[in-house]
Amino acid sequence: MKLTAYLDGIGLIGPGLDNWPAARPILAGAAPYESRPLAVAAPQSLPPAERRRTGLAIKVALAVAQEACAAGQLDARQLAAVFSSSGADNDNCDALCKTLASDDRSISPTRFHNSVHNAPAGYWGIASSAMTPATVLCAHDGSFGAGLLEAMTQVAAEGWGTLLVAYDMPYPEPLHAKRPLPSAFGIALALMPERSARSLARIGLSLADDAPDALAEPELETLRRVIPCARGLPLLQAVARGTETRVVLDYLAPLSLAITIEPEHRG
Amino acid sequence: MIPLQLTHFTAASCLGHGMEATLAALRAQKNGLAPCAFETVTDLATYIGEVAGVDEAPLPASLAGYECRNNRLAWLGLQQDGFNAAVESAIARHGRRRVGVLLGTSTSGILQTEQAYRRRDPVTGALPDGFHYRTTHNTYSAADFVRTAFNLEGPAVVVSTACSSSAKVFAAAARMIEAGLIDAAIVGGVDSLCLTTLYGFNSLELLSPEPCRPYDADRNGLSIGEAAAFILLERPAASLDADAVLLLGAGESSDAHHMSSPHPEGLGARMAMAAALKTAGLQPADIDYINLHGTATPGNDAAEGRAVAALFGDTVPCSSTKGATGHTLGAAGGLEAIIGALALQQGFLPGGVNTRCVDPCIPIQYLTANQQAAPRRVLSNSFGFGGTNCSLILGRAE
Repeated sequence: MKLTAYLDGIGLIGPGLDNWPAARPILAGAAPYESRPLAVAAPQSLPPAERRRTGLAIKVALAVAQEACAAGQLDARQLAAVFSSSGADNDNCDALCKTLASDDRSISPTRFHNSVHNAPAGYWGIASSAMTPATVLCAHDGSFGAGLLEAMTQVAAEGWGTLLVAYDMPYPEPLHAKRPLPSAFGIALALMPERSARSLARIGLSLADDAPDALAEPELETLRRVIPCARGLPLLQAVARGTETRVVLDYLAPLSLAITIEPEHRG
Repeated sequence: MIPLQLTHFTAASCLGHGMEATLAALRAQKNGLAPCAFETVTDLATYIGEVAGVDEAPLPASLAGYECRNNRLAWLGLQQDGFNAAVESAIARHGRRRVGVLLGTSTSGILQTEQAYRRRDPVTGALPDGFHYRTTHNTYSAADFVRTAFNLEGPAVVVSTACSSSAKVFAAAARMIEAGLIDAAIVGGVDSLCLTTLYGFNSLELLSPEPCRPYDADRNGLSIGEAAAFILLERPAASLDADAVLLLGAGESSDAHHMSSPHPEGLGARMAMAAALKTAGLQPADIDYINLHGTATPGNDAAEGRAVAALFGDTVPCSSTKGATGHTLGAAGGLEAIIGALALQQGFLPGGVNTRCVDPCIPIQYLTANQQAAPRRVLSNSFGFGGTNCSLILGRAE
């Protein structure tokens, strides 16, 4: 059993990784990695009222989703979407818990509707006008793997073009001490059933029980280990290097995901 | 899609523990709602559908790390109607790596965190030592708990799309089986009462001060419930009893309209129902009963009603069972699929309870009394915040 798809667009944001074009030489080992705090703008595609209500998780998710669609010259209204995150809007969660632990439990309606795990998918729908299926997943530290598995399964079983959007953000204290995530991070992959002129690589996925691959660059490897969504970085590194290869990604023990990457040589 | 069999199922809700109690309550048109006195919540004038005995049912010592109301409710559900044994039998047939766990929840064990915030260290603000994030609060906890309880080693995930969560798991599991990743899946949902949803829906002024009245002209909001609903989904056996229940279709869509209000014309809802019909290869006339999302908020029922009327006219009997169970949020899709399966097996259409005067502005055939019938195919709607929609079609094997 092997699932296959064509990777037509990538979106990436992380500390020291501003976007896919900037990160590509770093991941390929041709440019040095320099860590710095992640900066992300509010999505201009949202109407002002919605834009004001977006926290970091939504901004990160929408930024990488838009980058992947633009890179693949894809119309979001034609793509299914799989959002996957180990948490959600974690600042919002902390604010709600603080209010609910106080003497006045009145919470704001916006805080409440932003508390759902699928808030970024909802805002993405509003921003992109996509009425296509969108699912939203969580598998704790295996969330990137679970998202990739579902997206590849959609391409294989439904024949859909599917946009995977994996993202995480830190919790503030006191939850940070219990769940220490150092930075926000986002990876989006546009996965298509057919080859196109924009296809970067043909991707194959099968369930495996090999140990996941590490990254050679120590700081990037730290990110991979401590941020669930960064566990997709070995796949991006392989695409950045542009050689046919196989990488193993973290999923849910004892299972891992074996990914084959066959670059599409264009022009 | 290739039909899949619901080889075993069970549910716990405010209607009772297990299928016999659930069926008896539906037959008697009982509502399981009571004035809210959950935990420390005494200031909300609303009704809730609480599952009896959850606090008195601790987890076994081997699973004690998962202790929270949501996982207790899951455990209670797994013990009912021989569900545990059915899963063990599926594992024996297919193997530990070939049985997936795909569950829906909206709030998982967040109650644990809400309570831990009250016990923060007065000096440092730290959460108490006994608070375990991964196994309780984290959205994945529900599926992790079930996967661990059965020593499973296959794919697992939580779908968390608010109130469509445990409907969408059927579609995701069907894809995984079709793609050859697994041979069977434990699907359904577990969602339990917590302060976030009670005060959250209160902030939106969507809580009814009385037991909720879906599709009533004077409906005034929802009643929050909780439930565990588990279904074992497999490829159909070679020979099926006539009353075996199959998943025939699943349709998903997004409103792309608003975070907490449905598309006013119910466009996304209509797309989900149409997609479910298409995947099942059926026409609207093939559907014998619709279990509506029917939350009893003015906006939901109006939008859903328009969508149902546009596709089905007023010829298909419909009802919302949320007047009986409350809105069990991330467990609603699973619970209502099970109610649909009971309707197919037992030959009756459950009338909606609490509804006194059906809204004359919604031109659908809304049932307020149970009807003896022989439905062959039923459709179940589940919609949620963020504009997420899912419709399932179940049918008798005959």
